[in-house]
Amino acid sequence: MKRLEDLNEEIEQCVKCGACRAHCPVFGAERQEGRVARGKVALAGAVLEDEIDLDKKVIEDLSQCLLCGSCSAQCPNKVPTEDIVAAARRRIAEQKGLSTFGKAVAAVIGRPRLMNTVAKAGGALSGLLFEKLPENSGLRLRFPLPYLDADRTLPPMAKVPFREKVPEVIDGDPGKPTVAFFTGCGINYMYPAIGEAFVAALKFLGVTIIIPKEQACCGLPAVSAGSEPTVEKLARQNLDALTSRPVDHVVTACASCNAGLGHIYAGLGEEFEKLAEKTEDIFVFLEKAGLADELAALPPASEKHRVTYHDPCHLRTRGITREPRAILRALPQVDYVEMPDAGTCCGLGGTYSVYHYENSKKIGARKADNVATSGAELVATDCPGCIMQLQDSINHAGGDQRVVHILELLAEALPGKE
Amino acid sequence: MIEPRLVKILRDIVGDDHVTTEKADLICYSYDATQQKFLPDVVVHPISSEEISLIMKMANAENIPVFPRGAGSGFTGGSLPTRGGIVLTTERMGSILEIDEENLIATVEPGVVTEQFQKAVEKVGLFYPPDPASLKFSTLGGNVAECAGGPRCVKYGVTKDYILGLEVVTPTGDVITTGGPTMKGVVGYDLTKLLCGSEGTLGIITKIVIKLLPMPEAKKTMLVLFDSIDGAAAAVSAIVSNKIIPTTLEFMDGRTVDCVREATGLEVPKEARAVLIIEVDGDRDHLSGMAGKIEKIIESLGVVEVRVAETAEESEALWQIRRAVSPSLRKVNPDKFNEDICVPRSKVPEMIRRVDAISDRHGIPIVNFGHAGDGNIHVNIMIDKKVPGDMEKAEAAIEEVFRGALELGGTMSGEHGVGIAKAPYIPLEISEKAAEYMKTLKRALDPNNVLNPGKIFLDE
Repeated sequence: MKRLEDLNEEIEQCVKCGACRAHCPVFGAERQEGRVARGKVALAGAVLEDEIDLDKKVIEDLSQCLLCGSCSAQCPNKVPTEDIVAAARRRIAEQKGLSTFGKAVAAVIGRPRLMNTVAKAGGALSGLLFEKLPENSGLRLRFPLPYLDADRTLPPMAKVPFREKVPEVIDGDPGKPTVAFFTGCGINYMYPAIGEAFVAALKFLGVTIIIPKEQACCGLPAVSAGSEPTVEKLARQNLDALTSRPVDHVVTACASCNAGLGHIYAGLGEEFEKLAEKTEDIFVFLEKAGLADELAALPPASEKHRVTYHDPCHLRTRGITREPRAILRALPQVDYVEMPDAGTCCGLGGTYSVYHYENSKKIGARKADNVATSGAELVATDCPGCIMQLQDSINHAGGDQRVVHILELLAEALPGKE
Repeated sequence: MIEPRLVKILRDIVGDDHVTTEKADLICYSYDATQQKFLPDVVVHPISSEEISLIMKMANAENIPVFPRGAGSGFTGGSLPTRGGIVLTTERMGSILEIDEENLIATVEPGVVTEQFQKAVEKVGLFYPPDPASLKFSTLGGNVAECAGGPRCVKYGVTKDYILGLEVVTPTGDVITTGGPTMKGVVGYDLTKLLCGSEGTLGIITKIVIKLLPMPEAKKTMLVLFDSIDGAAAAVSAIVSNKIIPTTLEFMDGRTVDCVREATGLEVPKEARAVLIIEVDGDRDHLSGMAGKIEKIIESLGVVEVRVAETAEESEALWQIRRAVSPSLRKVNPDKFNEDICVPRSKVPEMIRRVDAISDRHGIPIVNFGHAGDGNIHVNIMIDKKVPGDMEKAEAAIEEVFRGALELGGTMSGEHGVGIAKAPYIPLEISEKAAEYMKTLKRALDPNNVLNPGKIFLDE
């Protein structure tokens, strides 16, 4: 991963024009210069030139970034603010140590067995700890644990993690490709139904699926927290797990995991670059396999739902916006409608929403507004993190829309399903 | 360093949370789009004219300079705290106070972002035409202080043509109003017009009364490629003399077209040495046939190709070409001086020839694009500051460009203002007597010289 020193040229590319003020979701929530990309790039530059110490205010300002890439996408000079901020955070972690929460993140995700235990304990206790709310407002649960605001609504933890429920190899038809499914933590611990839908979709196409048991967290929360050693450790473990058997593709159903494997890892060395090249988002894979046409040929559904799509930042910034929509639009039960500003960040931002829940809620509230404006009953997306945040935002706004993964709608539509 | 006693006074005025002396904040309010940097001593975020009035009174009593700031997106340093002191931002004053559909006017606070205001009035079928390139992020307060322009000015005029009245905190801390919500008004001096474009040196704008127009029903966009800049310029004259005033008449010279082609791979034939983007608006019936009429007017002027947008998407694709210009310039050289001279419309080809000669003489690339319809040319001098000698060449070229524009009856700046960036060149354009007239005004209104000192006139 690039160090702050290596990004000097990129920092100097910022001509301070202010265009990011129109696109930064954090600045939208709190209008002051330290919150916008231009300010954070200026601070990173000042840190690099020893103009300023890593004092409390600098650390606070640099923590106020979702790493969503909205600014870079619209920047006339394409300044990679998310890379600059992430590098600055790694420098802070090196010099000042990780924050308490950052340490907790690194400790848990860096040790997959511990993570499994913690998550399973959450699942077993969820009936006792979490207050269940009516189904029609989404699964609203309170999560009164340290670091999490009591006000936040979260899905329950799975009683049995997804990867413990499925075999490691699911054979497909001869002549069809073999893919490794990188599940990520969201699907494994919170949304196993998405994993099941993934398996159903690929089985439908006759693809051989490998779900390596030894895979770990992709490491993106550690990127957000600034823990480079944790990222490298996880990347190594995942590389080993995903390449132990020959596969044609490594497929993800989580935008953040896709960015981890497909983008962050690429900077870690040649073997990681190869893994990055093989990594594909599920809808890119399905679209290339011609699934949209097969879906269009299905008989029309008796009942249609109005569905909109939210672009996860980690796909949008890498140009993946068409394929998820193509699959969604082709589903027989879907009456697709585009919401305003579908491409703006939901406000989760890895560990951002844990540090800055108030701003995160403000950013989410705008999103909930846009969902309401679209008139959709369902919001479909391609990232468990976004699902969690969007549902929380809609719950707070008092909306009754449900947030789902496109795969869940796809599994519902596939023939052979009653 | 500012005395803690004074910071305490500021905290009492605007509240603890809205005053900061943290180094990180001082850095964040030290720059604008000129890329120059001056650290203030303190940043304040007031929310009302009353608070700003108290701040100005304190600044006068204690002799501390105050630098008002909108989005900090100016190109000439109008908001830079060149002498330390207080940066006063309008970021918390961002409300649209009223949209009066009966009288077609609106009242806003200075921190409202221009595009957000445009969207709000368009929702009720109204139209605020000024469209500076920064409209997605610059503020109306900043637009008024700099008298911002934009492509649509050809037909609709600049910011000051839409400002009916202002509420202003004077340099000594009084709150006054100028003009008002009427379409006419000649009682007293026209202070509204004086304050528009005064670059924050004569008062801090706290409220703006804006004139609106009905939203035109439709628009039509076309892109025309010419084999020479003369053809494009002749086309501009021909269109206007045929009694058609387009909404926008944007041009790019051959060097700009080359940059865009190289950077983006856009399909523009090599023979194209100039491009015009022409947009007309009005009633739908009136517009149909307009593109054909324009094509007929210009057909004998060396047209290589005409592309007419039939849908909103096609129109957007044509504008993409224009928007690709700025980013693609970086490929030429990393550093850019963006001057915005304005010459009489008929002198555009002569000016472009002069700029090309200056470019060749100094051996540095200069690309020209901009608003052909009103003679406002963005002259981009592309250098690499790291190359020894490039800075000196650029400075010499800038002065020659200014002199050239003035010789042709033009001005050094159509839109960006003077600030500090163009201040050294003021004597080229403004006579000693005229400068003295301006300075006398400033000295009378700001006797302690605390409001945005050293702007427009560096030695003041």
